[in-house]
Amino acid sequence: MKSSLIVFWKEIRENLRDRRTVINTLLTGPLFAPLVFVLIINTAVTREIDKAEQPLPVPVAGAANAPNLIAELKQHGALIKDAPADPEHAVREGDADLVLRIPADYADAWRKGESAQVELIYDQSQRDAQASVSRLESLLESYGQRTGALRLIARGISPAVTRPLVVAARDQSTAQARSGTMFGMLPYFFILGAFIGGMALAIDTTAGERERQSLEPLLVNPVSRGKILIGKLGATSAFAVTTLLLSIIAFSIAGQFLPVEKLGMSLEIGPRFALLTLFVMLPLVVVLATLQTLAAAFAKSFREAQTYLSLLMFVPVIPTLLMSVFPLKTQTWMYAVPLMGQQVAIMRLMRGDPVTPAQFGLCFACSAVAAFFIYLITAQVYRSERLAISA
Amino acid sequence: MIEVKDLRKAFGAVKAVDGVSFVARDGEITGLLGPNGAGKTTTLRMLYTLMRPDAGHVLVDGIDAAVDPLAVRRRLGVLPDARGLYKRLSARENIEYFARLQGLDAPTRRSRIDALIAALDMADIADRHTEGFSQGQRVKTAIARALVHDPRNVILDEPTNGLDVMATRSMRAFMRKLKDDGRCVLFSSHIMQEVGALCDRIVVIAHGRVVADESPDALRAQTGTASLEDAFVKIIGSEEGLAA
Repeated sequence: MKSSLIVFWKEIRENLRDRRTVINTLLTGPLFAPLVFVLIINTAVTREIDKAEQPLPVPVAGAANAPNLIAELKQHGALIKDAPADPEHAVREGDADLVLRIPADYADAWRKGESAQVELIYDQSQRDAQASVSRLESLLESYGQRTGALRLIARGISPAVTRPLVVAARDQSTAQARSGTMFGMLPYFFILGAFIGGMALAIDTTAGERERQSLEPLLVNPVSRGKILIGKLGATSAFAVTTLLLSIIAFSIAGQFLPVEKLGMSLEIGPRFALLTLFVMLPLVVVLATLQTLAAAFAKSFREAQTYLSLLMFVPVIPTLLMSVFPLKTQTWMYAVPLMGQQVAIMRLMRGDPVTPAQFGLCFACSAVAAFFIYLITAQVYRSERLAISA
Repeated sequence: MIEVKDLRKAFGAVKAVDGVSFVARDGEITGLLGPNGAGKTTTLRMLYTLMRPDAGHVLVDGIDAAVDPLAVRRRLGVLPDARGLYKRLSARENIEYFARLQGLDAPTRRSRIDALIAALDMADIADRHTEGFSQGQRVKTAIARALVHDPRNVILDEPTNGLDVMATRSMRAFMRKLKDDGRCVLFSSHIMQEVGALCDRIVVIAHGRVVADESPDALRAQTGTASLEDAFVKIIGSEEGLAA
């Protein structure tokens, strides 16, 4: 154990003197991801709020044909404007989100009690316009329903006759859960942070050591390769954990500034969230550090190792992607799968959903076992003759 | 003392070392001479347990390297072919790291490192980061860290490789000093003048085999040549890979 500690402290000391590594570990890794994340969410949230509260500009062609409808729309926050000369072209080009066209025969049909038609011109593929389109649609819909009800009453018929079924929507999602769907990427950012934090050391302590020809002299010392490897893994994990810790702290602070409550959401980012996230992530950090070291041990040079590790970086995104494409119901076995367990646990923590101590334990234990197995494989690679030979 | 008995190592179909035996005694400098690619480095790597021989034995002070490699490494001071330093550590810290790995306590470390820095005349560079060191300064640092645990047996793989004249001279003087301390010094070289000037015993290796194992004088007498150079050419059978 003493030899491992000697290796550990030497790697820590040497890498703390490398400005690029330190910046990656203490600044880029922990701050970049949460900050970008907060920025994106903030923009999205602010835009949603803006759209809902601001007056809705509605270019109308033939407004004079339906003065009552126009008055009704104005009353509900629509800002009636003149339509462009060629509405279809304007919408296709994105110059207008939508255009409402009221044909000349509208008034005639309305007076006769027939179905009067209005045209809503929009582009389904313009995501930006969707909120405006659905707002206008619901305004038109409710105007039509109200008028229909009044006509029935005028004829002595209850409006209920035409509405045999009424759906009352009762949304059971809690405020935290609604925000959870938006924050699905967060666990990935934590994992990515830890990955970036350990990367420099994983490369420097294996492929780097081989490239600068210092591995062979090191292995001539009377210390077993397993112990040397433990020291190196420890140093890599220590840097990765530092990055993770700073990342969680940065997010916990930045999360306070997110205007999520304006969307009727709430987040459970407190000390409890931070501590439990750290707990489930710890064994995963060792898994990642060991995987990185393993990949780098196969590389002959620094550059080769960087290529391998960049590819490896895509592995943690897999469960995040899978779970957004196939939103599975959370089941206990998921906690047993490294990466997925952390994903599920952190998501539920943030949404304020319960996670039992047994599930935390399962998540921790299974990742720890995975880390141990990857360590055994890496140690096997480390014992090979090929590893030591620099040339 | 280092004893090598019928050592063999093959890489695929290539027999890099094919039955090498010799003895390097205490208080003597033994030179391993041979052309490039003769199997010198592979032989030495098996000696310091970096590689495992396919067959044969290595005994260091009577300890079998296959049985107790850690004990063997503790008795060896090795300057391998690869002599990279940690460039963000000072020369002293580089040496200190290996001293700790050798398990030396703090007072021993301090006295040994100070003694080596004085003996290798490197006081002016001891506390500089090794980035930007000259080849000679790098070799000095690598030797100091290899000998920090005061080993009885010293293995040097091409120690004067890449050194200028002055550095080569001081390296040779240092090796003689190691011999005078009563240590067993084994070094490899493809430079015959160096081997002739330094060695008590010369082991000539060609194509993975020992082709001669004599004192320099005996070697000249055996081949009936006046100069060592001619003797080597005669023994090896060609001039390929040798440098004067």
